[in-house]
Amino acid sequence: MEGFLNQLPIGLSIGAVLLLIALGLTFTFGQMGVINMAHGEFIMAGAYTAYLLQGWTGRAAVLVALPVAFVVAGALGLILERLAIRHFYGRPLDTLLLTWGVSLVLQQLARDLFGAPNVQVQAPEWLQGGPGIMPYSRMFILALAIGSVVAVWAYLNRTGQGRRMQAVMQNRRLAATSGIDTGRVDMRTFFIGSGLAGVAGVALTLIGPVGPALGTYYIVDAFLVVVAGGLGQLRGAVIAAAALGLLNSFAEFWTDASLAKVIVFVAIVGFLQFRPQGLFVLKSRALT
Amino acid sequence: MTLTTERPVAKTPPATWRTRLQGPAVFATVAVLALVVAPLLLEPFRLGLLAKYLVYAIVALGIGLAWGQGGMLVLGQGVFFGLGGYAMGMHLKLVEAQGDLPDFMVWSGVEQLPALWEPFANPVFALAMVVLAPMALATALGALVFRQRVRGAYFAILTQALAAAFVILLIGQQGLTGGTNGLTNFFELFGQDLALDETQRVLYIVVAVVLGLLYLGARQLVNSRFGRLLVAVRDGEDRVRFLGYNPATVKTVTFAISAGMAGLAGALFVPVVGIISPALLGVVPSLELVVAVAVGGRFALAGAVLGAVVMGYAKTTFSEQFAGGWLYLQGALFILVMTLAPRGIAGLLRRRRKETR
Amino acid sequence: MRNSAWRTAIPLVALVATLGACGAEPATSQQAGGGEDSIKVGILHSLSGTMAISEVTVRDAELLAIEEINAAGGVLGKKLVPVVEDGASDWPTFAEKATKLIARDKVATVFGGWTSASRKAMLPVFERRKALLWYPVQYEGLESSPYIFYTGATTNQQIVPGLEYLKEQGKKKIFLVGSDYVFPRTANKVIKAYAAANGMQVIGEEYTPLGHTEYSTLVNKVVQAKPDAVFNTLNGDSNVAFFKQLKSAGATAESLPTMSVSVAEEEVKGIGVDNIAGHLVAWNYYQTTENAANGKFVAAFKAKYGADKVTSDPMEAGYNAVYLWAEAVKKAGSVEVEAVRKAAGGIELERPEGLVTIDGENQHMFKTARIGVVQPDGLIKEVWNSKEPIKPDPYLKGYPWATGLAQG
Repeated sequence: MEGFLNQLPIGLSIGAVLLLIALGLTFTFGQMGVINMAHGEFIMAGAYTAYLLQGWTGRAAVLVALPVAFVVAGALGLILERLAIRHFYGRPLDTLLLTWGVSLVLQQLARDLFGAPNVQVQAPEWLQGGPGIMPYSRMFILALAIGSVVAVWAYLNRTGQGRRMQAVMQNRRLAATSGIDTGRVDMRTFFIGSGLAGVAGVALTLIGPVGPALGTYYIVDAFLVVVAGGLGQLRGAVIAAAALGLLNSFAEFWTDASLAKVIVFVAIVGFLQFRPQGLFVLKSRALT
Repeated sequence: MTLTTERPVAKTPPATWRTRLQGPAVFATVAVLALVVAPLLLEPFRLGLLAKYLVYAIVALGIGLAWGQGGMLVLGQGVFFGLGGYAMGMHLKLVEAQGDLPDFMVWSGVEQLPALWEPFANPVFALAMVVLAPMALATALGALVFRQRVRGAYFAILTQALAAAFVILLIGQQGLTGGTNGLTNFFELFGQDLALDETQRVLYIVVAVVLGLLYLGARQLVNSRFGRLLVAVRDGEDRVRFLGYNPATVKTVTFAISAGMAGLAGALFVPVVGIISPALLGVVPSLELVVAVAVGGRFALAGAVLGAVVMGYAKTTFSEQFAGGWLYLQGALFILVMTLAPRGIAGLLRRRRKETR
Repeated sequence: MRNSAWRTAIPLVALVATLGACGAEPATSQQAGGGEDSIKVGILHSLSGTMAISEVTVRDAELLAIEEINAAGGVLGKKLVPVVEDGASDWPTFAEKATKLIARDKVATVFGGWTSASRKAMLPVFERRKALLWYPVQYEGLESSPYIFYTGATTNQQIVPGLEYLKEQGKKKIFLVGSDYVFPRTANKVIKAYAAANGMQVIGEEYTPLGHTEYSTLVNKVVQAKPDAVFNTLNGDSNVAFFKQLKSAGATAESLPTMSVSVAEEEVKGIGVDNIAGHLVAWNYYQTTENAANGKFVAAFKAKYGADKVTSDPMEAGYNAVYLWAEAVKKAGSVEVEAVRKAAGGIELERPEGLVTIDGENQHMFKTARIGVVQPDGLIKEVWNSKEPIKPDPYLKGYPWATGLAQG
């Protein structure tokens, strides 16, 4: 019974990981309709940022790396947006393949720069251990996920930039005619979305491997969260991540890890039967 | 999800006998090269590789149909390829075992032949399943998701997740499927020794002929009323619906056809390469084929075929020269094609042709 | 307009012609196994993709061995020329490249492979073409191809000793954790049979997909089951996630020791010494194994590839493979495959892991089993060994409890 009850916090912590990796995607995918397959590699960039900072900061690297990784991954995203993606708006399938090419190049680049074997990022002392099945490192990730969501919510709803971003998301053409510089908004969106991937990457160093393949382990899950939650929907992403995390946790508890993944997939396909646009749908009169 | 394209759908140039002959002339040239020149010129090892590329070209043809013509980006064709491949592999394994258990079941601790395997001893059943199983799955999936108007990026991600889940399922059922190892070590196909160069040569011819026939069939389909409807669905699904057609049906049928092609390719892959394993069916190999189609030119069926052959050849050649470089090259090539020539090689050729006109 | 048809046809013709030219080019003028004063040998490992992490190091060790042999005058007075190919972590590619090495490069032998899947994919190629493969990694047994030499451990030289050690330590309740593929599943069958016959209890068995990184649920299951020890057959990156999450759940090497069979010196670095120090591993060789041959090997490897490099069991097995093959060729007086096979049986060499003897019957090696503990400096200290080399028994025929495991 105790084992069963433990699955509840475990499910939430899996959900927190899912939320962190998917949060940036809800922006880039949801708002701009860009399927960024290189999102996983931005996560990887964040993880390697923590690894590099370790040389100067020692075990505090994880904390110091959070803002740095945000900027590093954000900058990578910005470069990608300016150089390539902006030529592809309105062609989501093409961007998918384009960014996949980018992700291949970034992976190989990481392999050449840092070597193929995994590297180690040491967790701070105060994140070691923890009460029972819920280690401090997991609580840290949960807190980080909540913090990110609050920050994003505040940005979207309490700042002028955020409101403009929402306006573009809801109706790009109307926003443009109202005098919003959509190109600027797109740049900001991509910077923030990619930056959030960097933050996720730092958090993942606490629980998983840090290597060139890091991004590939999380990318499919991240997309599933966004699809289930609804494009560009902060609420949707939060609820979908929590639900998928719990489902994963209990499914794995009762069956095994392989079957749990299959169950999650079937659940999502089934769910999309009822809500083909995800949990929450952006109501807009714009014709697709 | 509208793909604004300047593809001339109905505005074909006035058909003089010359333009009419142009397509068949190219086709005949390629056919002669593929069926006569290549087998004479190539040593067996290279011919085997070419056969493999042509197998991939069959999958690519299906992708070209679904994606290029129908606008459905299928990122999980590996699943259908796998179903066909496993159906064939299971048959070959059973024939060789001659009533005993296939080798991998012995070391996986399976004592009795699973019921799922039994009918595959029958060649007719196995060959039917090669095409029917993928088509059935595609129809079921298509009917579910297209009816709910899941499309574009959503559909792409769903098919990708399907590939991921399928691979996990296959690997998990080791006693049934051979796990990560997949099925290997095939000796004969319909009584022919697979190790012989002659058998491989015949197989190559079979693959080439199948590809040719499927290509002609696909062309016919694209030029038919159905094909026009398909392109219309791609470019304006809602408008097609307003006109009283059911886009879901059109898409489901096309998706099923492309799945059937992938299944057939999977079945041919098994005797040509001698292995079918989950590593061939996952997210990455599925994407690689889509890449090949994009490079070749997705809006032309011939482009899809060309792309698969060129990319397959490039992969072999470059990985022989410098290993890590292939990923850079593939990635870079892809970025370049998408930014500079989104219509691929076929698009470039077509443009040049237009200019000369 | 007629031109335009040709415009399309010409590139196609050119393409096929290039293909043809590549195929028709004379398969390099050398005869079988190389030219007058050289012998070509193939090296086939994943240099790209997920397995590159491990396999590149084995390639390096094999190239070192070739270099050393050449410096000492080569084999039969000829220099060895390595032809390196990339298996790209993709099993059919292994089969394709093996065919290329045999048919086009006409190499005398091939050293290569890591995963069981890559070996199974290559096996038919080598058997059909009657060529030799030297496979350098511990594996799940139940195989004995006449055209493969297995220089890594089979189950009775690694897993069974690992279990014997746990039994000696009084660990009775075992939890099995593995990646979902052939080696862990087969290994766990062996473990369960052993446990049943030796008064041990398997209280859990869990598999995760390759590349899985979310272990909190599994750790919860393990912690709840309260085993005396965990037998870990996870592969690659999953080990990193497993050990990190096991440690943060409060399990220590004392409270919950694990016995790993796929974690060597190279992997310890990526997992983080913090997370795995004190846990057990089972192999036949460690960088710290003490003898003259190993001192030389470690020094040579560091000199060639860098002082921060470590040596591990599969690397050593790959390094050995080249020497064992060279020895067999010298004994046979030829690189001809059947002659080499015949000559190989009974060859004895002092290697870094100790005395290695080729068992002519199943083409596996006599190897000494060694249990080690991961040290805080990232190296592994031996805490137990089998005293003498163990005779390889891939089908476990010499173990009464294993009857019924494999009739093959």
